[in-house]
Amino acid sequence: MSIIIDRRLNDRNKNAVNRQRFLRRYKEQIRKSVADLVSKRSITDMEQGGTVNIPIKDISEPQFQHGMGGDREIVLPGNREYQAGDRIPRPDGQGKGKGSSGESDGESGPSSDEFLFSLSREEFMNLFFDDLELPHLVRNYMGTARDTKWQRAGYTPRGVPANLAIARSLRNALARRIALGMPRLRRQLKELQAANAPAEEIAEVERRLKRVPYLDELDLRFRHRIKVPMPISRAVMFCLMDVSASMTEDKKDIAKRFFTLLYLFLSRKYESVELIFIRHTDDAEEVDEDTFFHDPQSGGTVVLSALKLMQEIIDERFPTDSWNIYGAQVSDGDAFGADPEKSRALLQEGLLPKVRYFTYVEVPDGDRTSPLTYAYQRIEDERFAMTSVASRTEVYPVLRELFRKETS
Amino acid sequence: MIETRDSGLIATGVEWNFELLQEFDTAIHDIAANEFGLKTYPNQIEIIASEQMLDAYASLGLPIGYPHWSYGKEFIRNEQSYRKGARGLAYEIVINSNPCIAYLMEENSLPMQALVIAHASYGHNSFFKGNYLFRQWTNADAIIDYMVFARSYVMQCEERYGPAAVEDILDSCHALMSHGVDRYRHPAPLSVEEERSRQREREEHTWRQFDDLWRTLPAAANAGASKSTAAANFPPEPQENLLYFVEKQAPKLEPWQREIVRITRKLAQYFYPQGLTKVMNEGWATFWHYTLLNRLFDKGKVDSGFMLEWLSSHTNVIGQRGFNQRGYGGINPYALGFAMMTDIRRICENPTPEDREWFPDIAGGDWLKVFDFAMRNYKDESFVGQFLSPRLMREFHLFAIADHENDDKLLVDSIHNEQGYRRVRRLLSQQYNRDVQIPDIQITRYDHRGDRSLTLTHRRDRNRPLSDDAGEVLKHLSRLWGFTVRMDTIDEKGIVVDQREVKP
Repeated sequence: MSIIIDRRLNDRNKNAVNRQRFLRRYKEQIRKSVADLVSKRSITDMEQGGTVNIPIKDISEPQFQHGMGGDREIVLPGNREYQAGDRIPRPDGQGKGKGSSGESDGESGPSSDEFLFSLSREEFMNLFFDDLELPHLVRNYMGTARDTKWQRAGYTPRGVPANLAIARSLRNALARRIALGMPRLRRQLKELQAANAPAEEIAEVERRLKRVPYLDELDLRFRHRIKVPMPISRAVMFCLMDVSASMTEDKKDIAKRFFTLLYLFLSRKYESVELIFIRHTDDAEEVDEDTFFHDPQSGGTVVLSALKLMQEIIDERFPTDSWNIYGAQVSDGDAFGADPEKSRALLQEGLLPKVRYFTYVEVPDGDRTSPLTYAYQRIEDERFAMTSVASRTEVYPVLRELFRKETS
Repeated sequence: MIETRDSGLIATGVEWNFELLQEFDTAIHDIAANEFGLKTYPNQIEIIASEQMLDAYASLGLPIGYPHWSYGKEFIRNEQSYRKGARGLAYEIVINSNPCIAYLMEENSLPMQALVIAHASYGHNSFFKGNYLFRQWTNADAIIDYMVFARSYVMQCEERYGPAAVEDILDSCHALMSHGVDRYRHPAPLSVEEERSRQREREEHTWRQFDDLWRTLPAAANAGASKSTAAANFPPEPQENLLYFVEKQAPKLEPWQREIVRITRKLAQYFYPQGLTKVMNEGWATFWHYTLLNRLFDKGKVDSGFMLEWLSSHTNVIGQRGFNQRGYGGINPYALGFAMMTDIRRICENPTPEDREWFPDIAGGDWLKVFDFAMRNYKDESFVGQFLSPRLMREFHLFAIADHENDDKLLVDSIHNEQGYRRVRRLLSQQYNRDVQIPDIQITRYDHRGDRSLTLTHRRDRNRPLSDDAGEVLKHLSRLWGFTVRMDTIDEKGIVVDQREVKP
């Protein structure tokens, strides 16, 4: 007699642990793959899972086994044409297969050099954030798809003890005791005692007093919290980037990560976030994202042109009373002549009053202070932040101030 | 035979439920035990969902295992190809344990569930219980408990020494697992009593042999030399179970590390018989599900719709593609095994003159007896060598290709004809020989009085070199060993052709 057991309700994800270990172990390789994804994706599509690949040789588990070469015989099925003694040219590639010793990986996927698998959205975002060394507080804030928030909403007669509103409950108890005439009874008791009334009468009043409890279940009130949807609002984010020849692919990658981070942050905060891409050499133009990141340009550098264009666009399309405006500028800091000073003036006087926040990230070539940094350093405004970054891990600090304010 | 119930059809349709499964199990058990005399462990049949099947895949089919990234890799690999639809999942996984646990997927239709019960719970189960390799090397009563122990032990170690340290050891052990099995029983260690009596005997012997004259001979030089060779020759016999040697002798391992080495060694040993009996095991189980379900039909317990349903998957499972067809993946153990089992029955029941010439012992014999004998006493290598008939070689169009190093072309060595039968059969049998599949690497010297280095000897078989990752494996070994590890590769004449050395 066999036992038949239904195990369908048991744990399903026994291997989650092993999967996490695998990801941790091959973090470096996976990260490379994630970097490819980041460069391919649009900023607005960043937030999803993705397929990553790892070279199979990196993750293979070594074993003592036979390699190619030496002498051997192989028995195969399906002979239709050969006779003993026939000589056949060796098949191309001389790869394994041909059912050699039939060990292990006979049946792996189509391409055998790469191990492909998909990351979930959480895993992808975590790797993305890891790269930027994002603190956990911020990570939580951005990692969760939040569209409601908890808000206090008065009191409720039912709840968990932790939410007990003590003052409120006691106030209810007091009201009830008054309503049930306790002060009157007490006064009566005092009078009776003063008048040396008969013992039964005093006892009767005392009994009635005792019947009214100090705190009744009816009195209890708990703090009530409800979920309310986040306020619906709009934001526009301006991405400004110097695309002159001195901006290498590497610098653009940093820029992209910086823009993405800001975008993710804003998309948590606002219902809809529009992106405006402005690139500039010696002249600025508004372009789409693909052109922005991938279309190489040559020419000089006039920062002012980009700021001017931003100002024009704001005036034209984004009235400050109905839009939250954010600006993010990336440049290698090169600017010539009067340009940096003029730019600073325009930014400080023309733009900052209109925006919620403006960040400037510089990806410099060396240690020297660039002309633009030199000029921007004189801006003192809490809506402005700037930093100079050499690697991805330094991107976050420029936004720290912004995040600190908004997430707290 | 006694028909316990004669009530016609058990069920029609494809929907299954637990009562029906129970009924099918009873009916199949009745046929298997009473008509064919299959001896089985008690069955425990578990219904699982597809995700759980993926889990079970990754952990080598065992219901429980210690955490390791390689299982995660396996899991991701399987999940990926399953989601893409590149492959379906097995209908069942069965574990060599007592009671014999079989996992059935909930997606299977009723006829498939019946097939799987017959295949796993009666076919594989009786094989596990009967075959000599399983009897000798695995302990069905204890495996689940042992895995529970292994898991909790490994996890405790992780807590105490950190996951990274444990992972290092496990990685190294996994690399050596193919060379971590015993192929022959060790003699049981001598008991104290035996030891003592032997020692007495020795003493008595020397006493009897005593002759004062010998003392006068100058013996010092000689004695010194023999002492040093004795010291140099450790282990006295080459040791092929690398993990065992590491567990017992590695100078630097902590006790917990030794225990982990032991766990992986036990695991390798548990899976050792399965690797040696793929063709037989699957052939046996496939033969029995085919036979048992046909009996159900003959007894009128299932209808022809039921039969058609499972027969289509049965046919897929035992398909064999030719070497030049798309999707060829080696010789299909189900196909070869099933064909050979069916063929043995045919040889017993309807032998042709050819069969009488080739199999005089069994032609016309009692097929059940022959079957039982074959199942109990063979492994793939010997099974193919003994029972593959010329008729099957013709049916499979088997032929042998010689791939020789100093020949720029492949040579057709022999084919399925009168001149070739014996050679094709011998070569195919060799193909299932583990000694040919796995390089011959043994520990020949442990310099335990000197620098503690370990020397392995790799004996090249027909000039076949090791693959490129051998260096990696040596690194793993030296990590476990803690001192220098060398490997001498010698050819068939015993001349050293290659040497490698890894320092930790």
